[in-house]
Amino acid sequence: MKNIVGNKINAIVESITPVTESIKRFKFIPEDGGEMPVFAGGAHIVVEMPDGDIIRRNPYSLMGNIDDRSSYSISVLQVKEGRGGSNYMHNNVKEGDKLTISYPVNLFALGWKAHKHLLIAGGIGITPIISQAQTLMQRMLPFEMHYIARSEEKAAYLNELSQLYGKRFHFHVRNKNSRWSVDPLLLNQPVGTHVYACGPEKLMNNVVDTCTQAGWDKSTVHIERFLAPASGKPYTIELKESQKHITVRKNQSMLEAIEQAGVNPPYLCRGGACGQCETQVVSFSGTLSHHDHFLSDEEKASGKKIMPCVSRVEGDNPHIVLER
Amino acid sequence: MYAVNLEPHTPVKKGSVFEFPFDVDEHYVSEMKDRALVLDEDPLRCQSLPHMEAAGWDTLELIMESKAAAYPEHFSLSKDGDKWRWINRPMGIDDTFIFGNTSTLPYGPMEYITRQAQGDFAVLDQRDGNLWMDAGIVTTQADWSLDFDIGMNFFEWHAPVPLAHELGIFKRALKFLLNVQHGKPARRLNWTMTINPRLDTSPENYHKWGKDRLTVTPENVGEKVYLRVELQTFWRLPRSNGLLFPIRCYLISMEELSSIPKWGCRLHRVLGSLPQELRDYKGLTSYIDDTVAWLSKFDQGQETSPGTFPD
Ligand code: HEM
Ligand code: FES
Repeated sequence: MKNIVGNKINAIVESITPVTESIKRFKFIPEDGGEMPVFAGGAHIVVEMPDGDIIRRNPYSLMGNIDDRSSYSISVLQVKEGRGGSNYMHNNVKEGDKLTISYPVNLFALGWKAHKHLLIAGGIGITPIISQAQTLMQRMLPFEMHYIARSEEKAAYLNELSQLYGKRFHFHVRNKNSRWSVDPLLLNQPVGTHVYACGPEKLMNNVVDTCTQAGWDKSTVHIERFLAPASGKPYTIELKESQKHITVRKNQSMLEAIEQAGVNPPYLCRGGACGQCETQVVSFSGTLSHHDHFLSDEEKASGKKIMPCVSRVEGDNPHIVLER
Repeated sequence: MYAVNLEPHTPVKKGSVFEFPFDVDEHYVSEMKDRALVLDEDPLRCQSLPHMEAAGWDTLELIMESKAAAYPEHFSLSKDGDKWRWINRPMGIDDTFIFGNTSTLPYGPMEYITRQAQGDFAVLDQRDGNLWMDAGIVTTQADWSLDFDIGMNFFEWHAPVPLAHELGIFKRALKFLLNVQHGKPARRLNWTMTINPRLDTSPENYHKWGKDRLTVTPENVGEKVYLRVELQTFWRLPRSNGLLFPIRCYLISMEELSSIPKWGCRLHRVLGSLPQELRDYKGLTSYIDDTVAWLSKFDQGQETSPGTFPD
């Protein structure tokens, strides 16, 4: 019954394949040899990485073959200046290693009422778009896919995608010399189109702004944001209900520090988008540095709520008391 | 009074209805025959809007995998790529089909598998931060209608329920449901009462069962009045990101129920303190006083043990 009901999956890293200079693909198989739970376009898993005395948990989009239940694949872009999750995957994880991963979660699902699906990916944002395209192909639904990258060399899976999807697939270089714009594309879509965008903040904001101005219904614009948690100076937290005092380190998120102390708030995206980790603030000193896309501006200004997966406390004597 | 009574749908007790994700019991074959008859008479009891096809395959996959694992003596599922073979021994079914290809099944995927699964099913599409009743099969319901509710959202189909909206129950419940995850199904219990052991108390057939409510007398409460408990579960569907909502109904007469002293005592207290709005909404008004009086002999003010299982 494990494919239907369960909590976490014990996986083995079956293979690690370099894709570009800075992207590697990791293929996981279940340790017990059975099947992986079903997933569809847009789903992600959370990979647990035991890094010294802490456990990092990073979300990665699933991009293997959706019909092949024997394995899962993810692609990881190494962010050298990042907090460590992608560096850990690139430098520490070896073929044959055992890792714990979550069941698939989908916060970027396809809208089934769409008449047409417009997929837009920037850079590593291609990973959830790949599985969405597979799902759409499988169900024989109309779609068009646009992939934007700095150069052909940096564009993971470029050849495969152009072969698989032929004239449905469009590649655009965007760098200092070539300013491809997404606007004309968005402004020339038939009624009933849903747009899906994943990539750099700028691209996604561009898509949202253009669609909003053009009067697209909010429900037809789908955005996948995976913010990396911000780094910053260490600060202290008091958890009121669990009566714990903890320190958040420089390269640690508030959520990771809370988990390290043995308290487990709910989460899904770990990227400031889904709202699951929302936590009440009892009091604080310093300033709240909100990095999420979930709370409204008023809620952020009120100082009463925080999303610990991405946000921090900064300023003088940074300290926060949370209702947890 | 209503509450947001939701918990993880995890196995509880061997032999109980909570042992397996989808309970199959001794009424299986007869309930499935009943369903087929109801559908013959009234095809609108089963509907699926065009965009719910993927969710239909999800439903078929979930129920087949679950039943084959839980009851291998009755059900088996074998796969050769996308060619699936499904054997349902109690119903004498042995079908081979292509997963994902509706033309290889005698019905749509949701209808095909729920003609072989006890309980009603609503299949919800999740979009715009809401759930939409865009497919379902409903033949054993407590006075609501799929044909009326089809295409409605969570707040719209719950509109007739008194008091709960004001208590904020539906807002909280929806927030919970939108975040139900694959691998972590949830459940809740709901209850009402029915006269005679009749599963189909639909608005469509009100003329057949509505008048039964007037046949209750202080003498026949024990055999006429039934408690109707619905085991409702919530499943994230991984291909469509929809939500499956099976409603499994169990009926027990007052006589049989009160053979467990704890149950007789508890029901006496619940019915005795039920707000008027809920008496009316649940349709108990004409016979609840007789039922409370009949149950009073089981309630001597004693304490009852926690949980729902007999002592
Ligand atoms: C998506 C899943 C659900 C579906 C499809 C569903 C459907 C329904 C329907 C069709 C009714 C009958 C309304 C009428 O009178 O016409 C109903 C009643 C009700 N529902 Fe839900 N429901 C769902 C989830 C929930 C949840 C999570 C709660 C949690 C609090 C809830 C609480 C209730 C209550 C309290 C009633 C009144 C029942 C009674 O007193 O007999 N429902 N529901
Ligand atoms: S876990 Fe999704 S917002 Fe924090």
